[in-house]
Order: sequence, then structure tokens, then C-alpha cells
Amino acid sequence: MKETQYIFSPDNLVASEPNKFDASKLKSEEMIINLGPQHPSTHGVLRLEVLSDGEIIKDVVPHIGYLHRCFEKHAESLPFNQIIPFVDRMDYLAAMNSEHAYAMGVERMLGITNQIPKRVEYIRVLVAELNRIASHLIAVGTFGLDLGAFTPFFWIMRDREHILRLLEWASGARMLYNYIWVGGLFYDVPVGFEKRCREFITYFKPKVIELEQLLVDNKIFIDRTANIGVLPLNLAINSGATGPMLRGSGLRFDLRKVDGYSVYPELDFDIPIGEGKMGATGDCWDRTWVRVREIHESLHIMQQCIDKLEGEHKRTREFDPQALVPKKIRPQAQEIYVRAENPKGELGFYFRTDGKSDIPFRCKVRACSFVNLSILPELCKGVLIADLIAILGSIDIVLGEVDR
Amino acid sequence: MIAMDNARLIELVRSVAGTAEEVKNTTPLSLSIDASALILVCEQLHKNPETYFDMLTCVTGVDNGPEANTMEVIYQLYSIPFNHSLMLKVILPRENPEIESVTSIWKSADWLEREVFDMFGIVFKNHPDLRRILMPADWNGYPLRKDYKHEETYRGIKID
Repeated sequence: MKETQYIFSPDNLVASEPNKFDASKLKSEEMIINLGPQHPSTHGVLRLEVLSDGEIIKDVVPHIGYLHRCFEKHAESLPFNQIIPFVDRMDYLAAMNSEHAYAMGVERMLGITNQIPKRVEYIRVLVAELNRIASHLIAVGTFGLDLGAFTPFFWIMRDREHILRLLEWASGARMLYNYIWVGGLFYDVPVGFEKRCREFITYFKPKVIELEQLLVDNKIFIDRTANIGVLPLNLAINSGATGPMLRGSGLRFDLRKVDGYSVYPELDFDIPIGEGKMGATGDCWDRTWVRVREIHESLHIMQQCIDKLEGEHKRTREFDPQALVPKKIRPQAQEIYVRAENPKGELGFYFRTDGKSDIPFRCKVRACSFVNLSILPELCKGVLIADLIAILGSIDIVLGEVDR
Repeated sequence: MIAMDNARLIELVRSVAGTAEEVKNTTPLSLSIDASALILVCEQLHKNPETYFDMLTCVTGVDNGPEANTMEVIYQLYSIPFNHSLMLKVILPRENPEIESVTSIWKSADWLEREVFDMFGIVFKNHPDLRRILMPADWNGYPLRKDYKHEETYRGIKID
């Protein structure tokens, strides 16, 4: 028999999330506009409470938590290897990158970082960079969509589909992979994967240039984004911005280079930064441009990974990507903070283990989207409502990660 | 300018905070300081040209459970020019935990501290806007405390 899911009481209808602003205390020209939580341009379930004077925004208060699942509470009751699927569901547009960061953190706690076979590391970087391209494509495409450019969105969805199919081929899932395991991989890449990746790169390179010409160099796009939402470098650092947000403001800072984790020190790639080509450095256009340049760099990294996977570290019969996967993960009692460069910024994991159990005592995620979104009110003082949408789109948030 | 090594960093924090205990088995270096000295230490670490911790990447709470009867707030500091990290730790009592907010030094502390308040009930004094951030405003209890009991219903909706 089905139980009643909902017991009615009039008290339940009272709004549970009170507004920050009180309508009775507004000045005569001010008004409150609620954007979201169900609005396509908020990129998920984000509610923006906007205090505006006509078209001019006076203050913005983001209300988050609509997708809150308390990952950290779940993590406190699960063994380390079983947390990986939950990690996927945070930044679901770049699950491989999150998995990579998580696996790296646990490996560092176990002290097996240097024992991971090179082939495993190169496969990890290859799939992570594929996923980074997919994430940046979504960022650029939906940003165009927010500004009214419809065609680029279809183009990026078409090209992203190729990436998703490649990753599905390798892992069996389209978006939430559970592919990178602690100590290894779920499975070696399928036979012929490297060749298909090569084909993809050949196909995709001109498409990025096409996308750039259609969207990023478009006059209407430049008019909508140049000099909008300028984030000065000192504010960016002080408010904890990372990833393309920070690089768009002109700092050459990429954890792949700074920390040099995994096999990134062996790979050759550039870090693009915002140069203020169309307006002030750190505007919405710069952030988008940095993302498009990063797609090119990721393709370059992929190329080198494939060369290694076909040459120096090629597939052998004996190779078992699960050889080092521990049966039981019980790190010593310690505290560690691990970080890695996700497409959206610095993803950090703080672990505390007690050395007596297989589950973490505390597992905290420093989510890049969360911290990047906290700068939004700062950026939106005195802009038009249409520009608020542009600024939000250029931050590139995933609400699954903001709320966790 | 050369980055400070750990020994000099500990010395510097000790000279400001009075005591600074080094926590064992941590990556990066972790120093446990007194709650009352937090603001002074942070200001010093932020401004001192030899340390220059210009980024507060993460603020975490940890509940040590009713037996230990303590809570911790952990700050991850990072210095971009020196590529140096530091974990600052403050231990608080479990009843009415209160600590000074560092939002006046790093803006990134704003939401991070709100999250710690939301999940652990640690009050940050002088925070500009201390409200719950992830949970609904009328939610009972602080979910990440070790003795948190799961709610049966929320506004008439059964929670399984």
C-alpha cells in the first residue's frame, strides 16, 4: 500500500526561503525582480533576487541550495571508492576532471602517486582533456544562447556529442563515468580509441575556428560582452576566483602548470590569458575568449597523449589498469588538501582520516563554481538587467557543483 | 624575494599569535592557533611581503563529535607569488562556537563562512550577511555535526 507522501497543513504554504529584501522598505523607484529558479538563463536552479531601479541593477542576491544533496554528509558514510560516483554528480559537465582530482587526492593519502603506471596517467589526462573541451563547449555555447545567438548552441551540441560518444565508448556512460578509479582505471581504453580520437581532433580543429568566427568574433557578441562585467585582477584574487575567471582577468595561473600534477609537466601547452583585446581586461569577452583558446590547448594536449599512448606507452597484453587498485582503502590518520584544475577553476578536496576506518572522517569539497558565483553581486552593481544575464553566463557555473 | 620556508613561517605566526602548534601528518603545513589571535595572524599573513597569502581558497568546519567536544575551523591559504600553502586551524568548543569573520581581509570568506555556519552552526562574528546558504532558512539543526539526527518530514513532505 502506498503511504501518503505529503501531509497537508496551511503552515506548509508559507515561503520557506524568505527574501533578503523587504518590499515594504523599498524606496519608491526600487523594485524586486526574481529571476529563476526555473529560468533557462540561470543555467539550472539558481534564484537571483534583483533589486533594481528600472533597468539598472542596484543589488543582486543569489539564492542557492535548490540542488543541495549534501555530498559531504554522504561521503562521511561511504568507503573511498564508492564516493567516486557522487563526485561525478557534482560537476556533471566535467565529471572526468572531478574524478581525476578525487582519485589523485586519495592516492596521495595512500602514498601511491608515483607508482601509477604512465599509461594510466596518460589515459586519465586524455579523457580529462576531452571532458574539458566538452565543458568549455557548453560554457561558450550556452553563453551565446543567453545573448540570443541560437546557431552556435546547435553547433557545439553536435560537436560535444562526438566527445560524449567517445567517452561512452570508453566508460559505458555518457556523462557520469565512474571511469577513473583510485589507483587506476575502470578499464583500458577500447581498441581503436586512439585512432578515433585522432579523427576527432582532425574533424574538430576547423570547427573551433568556425565557432570562433561565428560567435566570439561576431560584432553583436562583442558589443554585448566587451567592457561588461569587468573583474579587476586584485578583486579576482581577493574573492577567490579561479580558472578562466582568474585567467580572463590577466593572471597566467593554471594549476596544471603550477602544481604540475599527473603527467602535465611532460606535456607542452600554453596558458591563455585575457588581454583586453575588445575592451577592458577581465570583461565577459575575455573570459569567453580564454575558454575558446583553452579548447585549442586541450586539443594540443590530447594529440601528445595519443602519441604517447600509441608509442612509448602502448597497449600490451599484460597491462592491467586495475593492477594497483587497492582492495581496501585505509589511509593513515592525516589531513590533506588536494587541488586540481577543473574546467571551471580550482577543485579542492579536504580529507581528514582517522586511520581506523575505510571511510573519511570529513570530506570537504572546495567547489570552483560556488566560489566563482559568490563574486556575482560584486560584478553586477549598476549594470543593466540584460548585462546581468551576460555576466552570469560568462562565469560558467554548474548548479550541481554550487549546491553539491 | 624568496618564499619563506616552513620554520620561518611557524616563527612568524608564533610571534603574532603567541602560540602556534604544528599539527602532525598534514599536507600542506598546518598550524593550530588560538581563536582570539585569528584576525591578527591573518592580517599579518596577508600583508607581510614575505608571506603574502593573497588567496583564501577554502574554509572548512570539522566536528570532532560529542566525545572530544570540540569543533574546528580550517582555513586554506595560498600565496600566488610564492606558490606557498598553509592550513590554519582554530579549535572551538562545541557549545556556542563563535569566531571572528575574516571577510574584511579576504572577500572569498563571505560564502565559505556562510556554508560553515549553515552546516555546523559556527557563528562568524562581524560577518556582513550571515544567513543559511544551502539549507532552507527554517531548517532545524546543522547537518554536518556528528550527532545530527535526520528529519522525518519537512513541511509535510516525508523524507526517506
